[in-house]
Amino acid sequence: MRAPSPLLRSLRSKQPALPSRCLPVRQPSTRTPFLAFSRSVASYTHPHHASAISALPTAVDTSSSEFKENAQQMQELLDRMASLHSTISQGGPQKAKDKHIARGKMLPRDRVTALIDPGTSFLELSPLAGHEVYSDDVPAGGIITGIGTVEGVTCMIVANDSTVKGGTYYPITVKKHLRAQAIAQENKLPCLYLVDSGGANLPHQADVFPDKEHFGRIFFNQARMSSLGIPQISVVMGPCTAGGAYVPAMSDETIIVENQGTIFLAGPPLVKAATGEEVSGEDLGGGQLHSTISGVTDYLAVDDAHAIVLARRSISNLNYPKTTVSPKDIPSDAIREPLYDPTELNGIVGTNLRRQIPVHEVIARIVDGSEFAEFKRDYGATLVTGFARIFGHQVGIVANNGILFSESSLKGAHFIELCAQRKIPLVFLQNISGFMVGADAEKGGIAKNGAKLVTAVACADVPKFTVVFGSSAGAGNYGMCGRAYSPRLLFMWPNAKIGVMGSEQLSAVMEAVGRTADPDLKARIDRESEAVFSSARLWDDGVIPPAQTRRFLGLGLAAAVGGKVDDVQTRFGVFRM
Amino acid sequence: MPLSSLLRTSSRLGPPVVRRFRRAASTVSTTTPKAEKSLDSILIANRGEIALRVGRTAAQHGIRVTTLYTDPDSKAQHALSSPFAFNLGSVSAYLDGDRIIEIAKKEGCQGIHPGYGFLSENAAFARKCTEAGLVFIGPPWKAIEDMGDKSQSKKIMTAAGVPCVPGYHGDNQDVNFLEAEADKIKYPVLIKAIKGGGGKGMRIAHTKADFQAQLQSAKSEAMNSFGDDHVLVEKYITTPRHIEVQVFADKQGNAVALGERDCSIQRRHQKILEESPAPHLPDATRKDIWAKARSAALAVGYEGAGTVEFIFDNDTGEFFFMEMNTRLQVEHPVTEMVTGQDLVHWQLKIAEGAPLPLTQEDVEAFMASRGHAIEARIYAENPDQGFIPDSGTLLHVRTPAATDDVRIDAGFVAGDDVSAHYDPMIAKLIVRGNTREEAIRKLANALEEYEVAGPITNIEFLKTVCRSPDFISGNVETGYIEKHREELFTREAIEPEVLAQVALACLHHDSNPGSGTQANFEGSAVGFGPGYQARQISLAELTPGTKNDSKFDVRVQQTGDDTFNVDVGGRLFEQVVSHRDPASKVVTSFFPHTRLDTTVIRDEDTIIAFQRGTQYRLTIPRAKWMEKALGMKDVTNSVLAPMPCKVLRVEVEAGDVVEKDQPLVVIESMKMETVIRSPQRGTISKVVHKAGDQCKSGTPLVEFEEGGE
Repeated sequence: MRAPSPLLRSLRSKQPALPSRCLPVRQPSTRTPFLAFSRSVASYTHPHHASAISALPTAVDTSSSEFKENAQQMQELLDRMASLHSTISQGGPQKAKDKHIARGKMLPRDRVTALIDPGTSFLELSPLAGHEVYSDDVPAGGIITGIGTVEGVTCMIVANDSTVKGGTYYPITVKKHLRAQAIAQENKLPCLYLVDSGGANLPHQADVFPDKEHFGRIFFNQARMSSLGIPQISVVMGPCTAGGAYVPAMSDETIIVENQGTIFLAGPPLVKAATGEEVSGEDLGGGQLHSTISGVTDYLAVDDAHAIVLARRSISNLNYPKTTVSPKDIPSDAIREPLYDPTELNGIVGTNLRRQIPVHEVIARIVDGSEFAEFKRDYGATLVTGFARIFGHQVGIVANNGILFSESSLKGAHFIELCAQRKIPLVFLQNISGFMVGADAEKGGIAKNGAKLVTAVACADVPKFTVVFGSSAGAGNYGMCGRAYSPRLLFMWPNAKIGVMGSEQLSAVMEAVGRTADPDLKARIDRESEAVFSSARLWDDGVIPPAQTRRFLGLGLAAAVGGKVDDVQTRFGVFRM
Repeated sequence: MPLSSLLRTSSRLGPPVVRRFRRAASTVSTTTPKAEKSLDSILIANRGEIALRVGRTAAQHGIRVTTLYTDPDSKAQHALSSPFAFNLGSVSAYLDGDRIIEIAKKEGCQGIHPGYGFLSENAAFARKCTEAGLVFIGPPWKAIEDMGDKSQSKKIMTAAGVPCVPGYHGDNQDVNFLEAEADKIKYPVLIKAIKGGGGKGMRIAHTKADFQAQLQSAKSEAMNSFGDDHVLVEKYITTPRHIEVQVFADKQGNAVALGERDCSIQRRHQKILEESPAPHLPDATRKDIWAKARSAALAVGYEGAGTVEFIFDNDTGEFFFMEMNTRLQVEHPVTEMVTGQDLVHWQLKIAEGAPLPLTQEDVEAFMASRGHAIEARIYAENPDQGFIPDSGTLLHVRTPAATDDVRIDAGFVAGDDVSAHYDPMIAKLIVRGNTREEAIRKLANALEEYEVAGPITNIEFLKTVCRSPDFISGNVETGYIEKHREELFTREAIEPEVLAQVALACLHHDSNPGSGTQANFEGSAVGFGPGYQARQISLAELTPGTKNDSKFDVRVQQTGDDTFNVDVGGRLFEQVVSHRDPASKVVTSFFPHTRLDTTVIRDEDTIIAFQRGTQYRLTIPRAKWMEKALGMKDVTNSVLAPMPCKVLRVEVEAGDVVEKDQPLVVIESMKMETVIRSPQRGTISKVVHKAGDQCKSGTPLVEFEEGGE
């Protein structure tokens, strides 16, 4: 429970002093008609006073030892994350990069930079993918995906990194590619594939090829997105062999770099083995062949730089709505930054998840002007709900401030219904160890009330965003829009932990049910709950610095709300009463 | 201001003003002045800054101005300056005297001001004006005719006691006779072939012993080159200076000298810097030269504004008459600055028949307190390529603030075209200081504030001259630029900050496509990664005529809404806070060590930057792929037009085998002929343009066959 702000109190204390009847009745000479009736007036409230009631106060003492200790621990964690990301962004081994450059090719990250508009940001997704997943080192999963602005249009960019194992598809590569396509489809973002891949990673073929969410799904998605009017554009900057050949072949428009990009169903060695025919890669499926004879590609580029210019031109001809970060009806200068420094989040949250994190302090460092119109503030207070704006985009915020009780669940379901009806995107700030347990809770119907929240979250057909700023455990994960509930984007703070329950709890439960616990179990669960472990497996879309939460959400909202949007009306399932 | 309201007062202005200045003066006639003709409507038969300048004075005195323009000049400033503007049609029509007189008559103009150039020294035109009953605002046609004839003018001057350059110009070619003449002239002497030109058939004999050998050499060269070995012998002045005197004479037979001007800083025999008074001129000489100039004016029955030009021998202190310019000159503002007079107003009053407004003593009294003035002519020309004229649209013009001591007479504003058809002078910058040193300092400062982007200008060159020690100390001579070539044409290395600013300007320019609301974090790196935002921008210094210039790679990484890390060839500037004002095109950046405000103008591949008073010209090299993708032809096999021009003659035909330096094409630009010579030995495959064609700069004129040496 939060103390009312001093501002609120002061406003209230002023109320009796309002001059509702300021003229003395018995003044003799006046002929003012007001005097005839003794009535009150509509008090005028200045807009800035009205908005003052929404401004969140802060109780953070940045000079306290607790804050400093938290900040320091978080900083250490952030430094580790920064160095990890920096290593990953280097891509494959130096030898592979040197070879790549010697061929006159641009490194994949340079390709992406050249592709996006100058002065715009690239929202990279899951850079930690594949980290310590395989015995091989697969930086970023061998593929770079992210949201970027090209010719003013927000696009999904998917770029193979051929310096990482020849750009071959590991299972995580496939997953990351599919995730990018899913984000593109949900947000209706044109897709740009910068293809430079040797195809499926053959030793892993069993986990890459056969299943529903495997390699074939890439082309399924391309066909489906194209049918939905979401443009698919490929730039062939390296090999596209076998299945990979379908990426350019299934695109709306395809650009190929001559003497560099190749497209064929079987490469020269396979052809020789199959038919004995000896043919060079360029003659079999080079740019010249496909642009002049086969018609597989539409534009022939001289080199990477030229290909990127052509790709940008293709985007400019999509006749696709342009996206700007803030909505059109709000001038960018009207967007106010939070009142408090977002970097204070480091000291507010720290790395110790046993401590309750005051979520109002978090919200105050994310939303425009730290203004938060809180809904049902004093009811079910362990779940905080309310309206705010992020870079001008209206959002409904659902944030944990403790364990979920029946009341908080009902309040959450109510609020989500409001947002769904009004088509307001939802932002879930997740720090939940679960729903309340125990006899009282069960008597209170926590199961059905929790289910109402889960139903509301599952059915709300508005863009949803989830940020895990603490723990994400148990059914709380479901009620707070975990991965399974298809948030448009899901980010984790580096301090966040995800798992069915905490490691100690889990060990205790295992013992209680009579199993002899593996002595390493606790350590393993701890490791598996970490944000890096989660991100490496694509359980989220990236680990982000707490202070940049506002930016990430801003970019995510721009991608979701800007550009092309379908008007969908939410239909909820049955709420058990 | 409506002109009609001014008109009403004009007739009153003339005589009373004159009377006020009429004191007991030695040279002013005491006869009652009678205004022959009050001028209340004049036609200006000129263009550019002088037309505007004359118009300004006319308007001040309530005189209606009629202006003229040609087809390429229809939107020129002088044409727009008056509602009474008439189209003459073709490019050369400013010379169409009959048509101009016809317009003047039809419009009820009483006088024609010819400005300078064009018809200003055309005696026939002046005569036609007079005969048509129009006042030619200039000297009587007879004076123009006399002064226009070299030998006639020398005769008149010699008779009037004005010294001329001693020499023998006669037919007697006996070598001993010529030597005797040389002895009379005194050594060193110049021996020059009568048919000569371009330095051919020209020799200098420094001593008597030297004379016969030099004479033979000159004669044989003249015979070989021109088939005529006739020579003339003249005094050779080793360090000549160009000093001229501004004179004014009235119809009453009075003449005053409004001081002298030193115009020694010249290129291509044309002045670029003029100053008054002339530096290091002994007072006695100064007075003498004024007196001689007045005698010269009176000797030809002069009226109005004129300039008597002298060649001054810096070694001996002698001066000799060269010629008299019977017009108001380009550099007249220098005199206006040091005398405080409006010379155009003087011209108008004298044309009306009024006597001179001031006496010689009055003029000298004014000059005593007015210090020193210098004029710099701003030309669209390229000093690095022999001051070859340039033309094109003025993309950006910023002038220094005009004050009492800083005057700008400009004929163009930003957005105007500097046409290849006319003189490439864009403006004149005139400053005044209490001393010469102060005037030079002020001129240098004003030049640093003068920004012109579009055609190449001589502003940078003028700045260099202002910093040249010999110029500052007043050691001027007509060969100054040639003698100081090394000092004046040395280029300084471009600073990394300039490159950083230009690169930032490119990014700013490209990331703000007009509208589009950008959130404040746009462009900053998001996430833990270092971001991908490091972009490399390649720039090259623009030195026309040379290929493969020094190339610079600038890496810019955006780190926040308006913060950047900039790496210029290893020199790293971190957290530069930078923004660009799209209206003024100024990029303001706070570097870790300093703030820089840089105006960056982009015109496709050309970038012109102004930073701390210096102009930088850079080019954006084309990416490697463009050559192939655009199918650009290698142009080494063709000869390109160096400037916008008209092809006068083509000297070769397809199939011709030419030697290196053989003339290929003769072009004309800015009224100058240039011979385009073969850069190589080879066979001509195609003549792209024939005589009479107009060509843009960079268009191929002649193509060679492939595989030519």
